[in-house]
Amino acid sequence: MEKSMPRKGMGLDVLTLAVVLIVLSVLGLLWSAGTQDPLLQVHTWIMTGAFVLGLVALAMKGFAGLDNDQSRYNEGIIKAGVIATLFWGIVGFLVGVIIAFQLAFPALNIEGIGWLNFGRLRPIHTSAVIFAFGGNALMVTSFYVVQRTNRARLAGGIWPWFVFWGYQLFILLAASGYIMGVTQSKEYAEPEWYVDIWLTVVWVSYLLVFLGTLMKRKQAHIYVANWFYLSFIVTVAMLHIVNNLSMPVTLYGIKSYSAFSGVQDALTQWWYGHNAVGFFLTAGFLGIMYYFVPKRAERPVYSYRLSIIHFWALIFTYIWAGPHHLHYTALPEWTQTLGMVFSVVLWMPSWGGMINGLMTLSGAWDKLRTDPVMRMMVVSVAFYGMSTFEGPVMAIRSVNSLSHYTDWTVGHVHSGTLGWVGFVSFGAIYCLVPWIWKRKRLYSNDMVEWHFWIATIGIVFYITSMWVSGIMQGLMWRAYNSFGFLEYSFVETVEAMHPYYIIRATGGLLFLIGALIMAYNIWRTIRGDVRKVEPLPEAEPLAAAIPAE
Amino acid sequence: MTDKPELDEHSGVYTTGHEWDGIKELNTPLPKWWLYINYISIVWAIIYCIFMPSWPGLPGMGYFKGLRNHSERANVAVALDKLQAARAANAQSLTSISLDQVENDPDLLTFAMAAGRSAFGDNCATCHGSNGIGSVGYPALNDDVWLWGGNLDEIKQTITYGIRSGHDEARFSQMPAFGRDELLSGSEISDLTELVLAMGGSDHDQSAAARATTNFEEQCSICHAEDGTGDRYQGAPNLIDSEWLFGGSRSEITETIANSRFGIMPNWEQRLQPWTIDSLAVYVHSLGGGE
Repeated sequence: MEKSMPRKGMGLDVLTLAVVLIVLSVLGLLWSAGTQDPLLQVHTWIMTGAFVLGLVALAMKGFAGLDNDQSRYNEGIIKAGVIATLFWGIVGFLVGVIIAFQLAFPALNIEGIGWLNFGRLRPIHTSAVIFAFGGNALMVTSFYVVQRTNRARLAGGIWPWFVFWGYQLFILLAASGYIMGVTQSKEYAEPEWYVDIWLTVVWVSYLLVFLGTLMKRKQAHIYVANWFYLSFIVTVAMLHIVNNLSMPVTLYGIKSYSAFSGVQDALTQWWYGHNAVGFFLTAGFLGIMYYFVPKRAERPVYSYRLSIIHFWALIFTYIWAGPHHLHYTALPEWTQTLGMVFSVVLWMPSWGGMINGLMTLSGAWDKLRTDPVMRMMVVSVAFYGMSTFEGPVMAIRSVNSLSHYTDWTVGHVHSGTLGWVGFVSFGAIYCLVPWIWKRKRLYSNDMVEWHFWIATIGIVFYITSMWVSGIMQGLMWRAYNSFGFLEYSFVETVEAMHPYYIIRATGGLLFLIGALIMAYNIWRTIRGDVRKVEPLPEAEPLAAAIPAE
Repeated sequence: MTDKPELDEHSGVYTTGHEWDGIKELNTPLPKWWLYINYISIVWAIIYCIFMPSWPGLPGMGYFKGLRNHSERANVAVALDKLQAARAANAQSLTSISLDQVENDPDLLTFAMAAGRSAFGDNCATCHGSNGIGSVGYPALNDDVWLWGGNLDEIKQTITYGIRSGHDEARFSQMPAFGRDELLSGSEISDLTELVLAMGGSDHDQSAAARATTNFEEQCSICHAEDGTGDRYQGAPNLIDSEWLFGGSRSEITETIANSRFGIMPNWEQRLQPWTIDSLAVYVHSLGGGE
């Protein structure tokens, strides 16, 4: 392949970004100078520092020397995204393991180190795995898929890099804020107003880059994976903006008050929260599935018609299902009914994706035996099917009266996140790394086997212990004696869950170990190594490992 | 890139003719079972919505209540009324007879023990521990050491009005902070510590303990009694029984004398029904040390 063409002069994209960064740096400095709030000061300095660093990076690249060759794909950003995904994944899993052990052994909430207690670490875990790991996985795969399936370089020149680094800055601000106690106390939407505004800027840029790439496509039709990615980007923007509508007490302070209150606030929050599951963790990752499963299986997608119908059914139905998080609360009963029936109707639209994922393997089932990466993605789709059946069941009010507020919910979420989101992302990265770094294969397939089995056992530990513990917890809470008095006090139910908490933490630890094995394997693959005991077969066709462009 | 549908040999189905980066799509019809289950779930949803409260009206119109006119709030109210009614007779008996008599009425005793155990778990165990085992600063209730009295009526009195709760009827006493308020010097306090250790039968410095005798008589014996056996009327702990609420080591006793330590128990009459408090008294009395 010939070297890409250096472009002549400073492009409009670089110019606008440089201007934006200069303006932001100045604003950041003024803001730092104006605030008395020590927590906000930390954040304004981080932001200003990041903007200045961005400018320095632009200058060092010489402004004009930035590659924007329209005949080639932007692959540098894919490499950066893969590394960011793995890094944040390990951070998120590690914090998850720590808080799981803190629940099992409360003494691990060390007195005197308040910022390391469960309350501060828990949002770091959730945000790190969902937004940092999941978000980077979605960004990197969407940037890869939208280029390949439309045969167009990412739009916006330098701006995809702004999206990438801007998103990392968002993660840094969110996580450092949680540690310092900066939170608006909305689950999965903890960052305060100024971090929300920053994410909005980054996310809208992401949308424009994605849309711009679609617009310059050289294909007549838009591939299904891109529908899912686009619906994810658009809907998350809407959810994020509406749920975070709030009024800062002062522009120079961290604190803001939500535009909503009482049950309206609760409903808005769970409209957001459930659709974060629906559009971030489901639609987005279905985009990954729709590209990487047929690509890896080298089989056509099972049914085009099913993909259309289940896409629109899923998009339409998901958005109404949020009230099932508020069964048996102050939420009006009619709203609970609607949330419940939409959740049940959601069952088949969700399964449409599972059918298309699994049946695409038809004609290539033998790969489950020979290719651990393929197996990982197929098991991921199976977990997706399981948790999208469990979800509607738990949304039924009478089931929910047992499951609500118990560990069953926690187990349900993790069968979706560890099993579906985690495994499909791992599978995609195992595919991407040899493709993008132009390696013949991974450093070690045996290590992928180890990763697969250790992580799968970890997931099984996790969800089975949470099923048992959650159902037991629910039954203990509602146990009455013959006089109608509660059979168990709350603390007795906590005591009964102790062994399951240990099993759960062990499961999480296994999942983390799997991810560490993966990180090592990926690192060696990037270096271009092949494990000595697993030599390359002499006749391995290169064409299968490196996709045609 | 192809535009013509091709036959996929494995499935016998044609592709749509599109291709993206090597990915093609089969034009397989929707699986029938998938489609029908989807239809069934939609029909079920509509039927469910007809029977249950399910749709908002315009402002001021309320909401569609469904053919069953179901209301979770009304159901809970009915269930609670039923429960109250079922308990009414026992609750009435509990409050109308003396607590001693309750212990002689097996049926009533069973009821009181069930109610007491449940109420204890959710209200008292937080401080006093499961089954009243106690912890530092929170008296154990399953032994025969009582600060304010351990018969049924005394226990009931304590639960009802609390200790230093701010209620007019609350049990109240307060040990002076001899060190913080500079009532005694540091060496006097350490001498007194040795004397208290001696009274409890622990290792101590005999000469220091002897020096503290006068101070004990002047400052401590008025509440803790001359022989250190305490005074329940003032909630003053017994110092010779080797049971310690805030710890019996040298440093812990010094800390108590110097800075004074005492707990607060809420007046539960503001939160619990009279018959629940009666039940709690019976339950606590039964834990092991009732008098």
